[in-house]
Amino acid sequence: MDILLKLDNISKSFPGVLALQGIHLEIARGEIHALLGENGAGKSTLMKILCGIHQPDSGAIVIDGQPRKFSNYHDAVAAGIGIVFQEFSLIPYLNAVENIFLGRELRTRIGTRDRVAMRRAASAIFAQLKVTIDLARPVCELSVAEQQFVEIGKALSLNARILILDEPTATLTPAEAEHLFVIMRELKQQGVAMIFISHHLDEIFAVCDRITVLRDGQYVGMTEVLDTSVGRLVEMMVGRKIENSFPPKPAPNPEAQVVLEVEALQLHKHTPLNRFVLHAGEILGFAGLVGSGRTETALAMLSASSAYIRQVKVRGVTTKFSDPADALAAGIGILPESRKTEGLITDFSIKDNISLNNLDKYRAARFFIDAGSEAKATAEIMKRVGVKAPSMHTQVAMLSGGNQQKVVIARWLNHHATILIFDEPTRGIDVGAKAEIYLLMRELTERGYSIIMISSELPEIVGMCDRVAVFRQGRIEATLSGAQIEPNQIMTYATAGHQETLDEPA
Amino acid sequence: MNPPKLHSQPQAPAVALAQHKAQAGRRWTALKRSTIFYPAVGLLLVCLVMIFASNSFLSAANLENVARQVSINAIIAVGMTCVILTGGIDLSVGSVMALSGTLIAGLMVAGMNAFAALVIGVAIGLGFGVANGFFVAFAGMPPIIVTLATMGIARGLALIYTGGYPVDGLPDWFSFFGSGKVFGVQAPILIMLIVYLLAWVLLERMPFGRYVYAIGGNEEATRLSGIRVARVKLVVYAFSGLTSAIAAVVLTARLMSGQPNAGVGFELDAIAAVVMGGTSISGGRGSIIGTLLGALLLGVLNNGLNMVGVNPYVQNVIKGAIILLAIYISRDRRRK
Repeated sequence: MDILLKLDNISKSFPGVLALQGIHLEIARGEIHALLGENGAGKSTLMKILCGIHQPDSGAIVIDGQPRKFSNYHDAVAAGIGIVFQEFSLIPYLNAVENIFLGRELRTRIGTRDRVAMRRAASAIFAQLKVTIDLARPVCELSVAEQQFVEIGKALSLNARILILDEPTATLTPAEAEHLFVIMRELKQQGVAMIFISHHLDEIFAVCDRITVLRDGQYVGMTEVLDTSVGRLVEMMVGRKIENSFPPKPAPNPEAQVVLEVEALQLHKHTPLNRFVLHAGEILGFAGLVGSGRTETALAMLSASSAYIRQVKVRGVTTKFSDPADALAAGIGILPESRKTEGLITDFSIKDNISLNNLDKYRAARFFIDAGSEAKATAEIMKRVGVKAPSMHTQVAMLSGGNQQKVVIARWLNHHATILIFDEPTRGIDVGAKAEIYLLMRELTERGYSIIMISSELPEIVGMCDRVAVFRQGRIEATLSGAQIEPNQIMTYATAGHQETLDEPA
Repeated sequence: MNPPKLHSQPQAPAVALAQHKAQAGRRWTALKRSTIFYPAVGLLLVCLVMIFASNSFLSAANLENVARQVSINAIIAVGMTCVILTGGIDLSVGSVMALSGTLIAGLMVAGMNAFAALVIGVAIGLGFGVANGFFVAFAGMPPIIVTLATMGIARGLALIYTGGYPVDGLPDWFSFFGSGKVFGVQAPILIMLIVYLLAWVLLERMPFGRYVYAIGGNEEATRLSGIRVARVKLVVYAFSGLTSAIAAVVLTARLMSGQPNAGVGFELDAIAAVVMGGTSISGGRGSIIGTLLGALLLGVLNNGLNMVGVNPYVQNVIKGAIILLAIYISRDRRRK
């Protein structure tokens, strides 16, 4: 085989985390190579190293037999590496030609932009891709797929020989994805090597030659597509012991009342219609890949974002929400996905953050905040939740991720809301704090709270949840309980949908 | 024998001293981090310079004069502080003040019951504030555009109502609000202090104030925590309309005339006072006391430059340069 790119024994650590350890990756000319792994397995870090955004601590990048060192993105581009990011880097109001040549415009002899030459060059690139793009329209008016083709065109115009496609299909319709695959096969014919990152195993089987699997920053293995199966890949991705940091699950209570019944929830006119129930004292997991619609569903349910159809019953009573405050009044609170941008007021002290939506509890002379009782209650709750900080007046911006998350949890413990949505409650938190948060969650359910936990970490879903709703492309594919809550089962539903659609090859 | 014990005694005072130093250091950083630190230092500096530059600066009469001159801008700046704390802006304050003032004067001169005229004039200011708040909070329009539009509308209405001429002939007793005295304190200064006290209680002692800061600090987090953000914003803009109307009462009584062209550019003076007072223009950080200091700082600067006899054209340049310098010194260094 004609090896174009070789990553050899790459390791990288960030303060406190070993992100990558001894990773190998080998790609031939004209190969489409899948990079597979759970969220947080290290795929993005590896790609950032390949693009010169991060530098490896050890290991070598070899292109065409030559060892290379990239100290920044431009070095990587110069070496023939192109990347199509998940979040596009196009300027929305410029057209395809202007985007492709941004920062390196062709000039006429008198120094003005040579629009004719640039247009001709852009047309040639799209002809090579066999796509037609309206070159006159601003890219924001193009479809998502077309924007992606522009990104690919931009990379090719920089003479990319190795193209990284980071979850390119996540935002595409099946038909658009199919078009993308046609283009990928065309590029393959022309000798371009591609690294294809996707969580959708069916796509990998459709378009890739070989697959490298990462798990927890480690190299698991490499395999030919023809030699493997969905089951084996899932095993490679998740095949690890669930850590024993989870509190024991209580026995299922068949008499538990339904506290929340989402009878119908549809985000947009053409997206799937979902329904689910939440029982008193249970933890219901929302599992699925990033972008599978878990957070969107939760936010729409609370009316923090709009919904096309929303029919919700809280404790048997049909309730209409038009603001998260209405949901709160009905006793539903959310611990948002991003602590810093959606959860905390980072300029505020711990105390002010905890009591933010509870100030009614501390009234003096009816209108005023009773600072004394506020401080007393805050001190108590900080102790209960275990927030470690010099004082309750410390700015939350100064706290570690785990302590910040505890502050947001404390806000809800202090509140009368008993239905809580925890969106990625342990993201970016160290192991010790994680275990404490798990304990807190169990403590809450024992006291009668009901929790929906959205999580991308399989062990957490398996270890914590009494029932699990698995999301795929906006739809709840399955609701699992008891012994069904098991990594392979969840991963299969999340990546391939119902199993019968993807039978194991013989 | 335990060697560390032998050393522990001589160490004790040193440790205590170090602790004391560390504590003092922490207190000093806490003080410097307070949003009113720089405004207070700035005000002191400008006052010191003025004391040396002019020997009549420190006279009681002059100080009272400064406070009275400052009062109208300072009152408008109260509402502006609340709006800016939520991350918004209100450009309509000067025009709303002119409309309120001419309406009060016009209705009184037309023979309406004086109390009713006052109530209507203040209510129209409040009404403009509510309209601003509605468009910003419930219709989701950008504050700068909404209040730019209502600024034009209010000014236009004031000019239409008066035909462009000042409204004179107000009843004598009305001058109380402009130059009357209560226990030896001039009414404008007293009104200003009352407005500040009320705003301080609202912002620092009531739940509402916490929400105002929270919205400016992180609107999305505030919304997701179940605070009715739109409602709070509506009240904030309404409050700004109200303080403009209160300033209108003082100004009209001071001039004993309803001036349709009054208050041009006052929105900029108010913004300057708020920002000089240490409130972040992007919201979330600041204080009402800071705004009072900021307004006084600008007032002392005006007064001083006049007393020293600086050419008014040059004064503008100096004031602008001082604002730039002040914001440069106190700028938020946390961001790169």
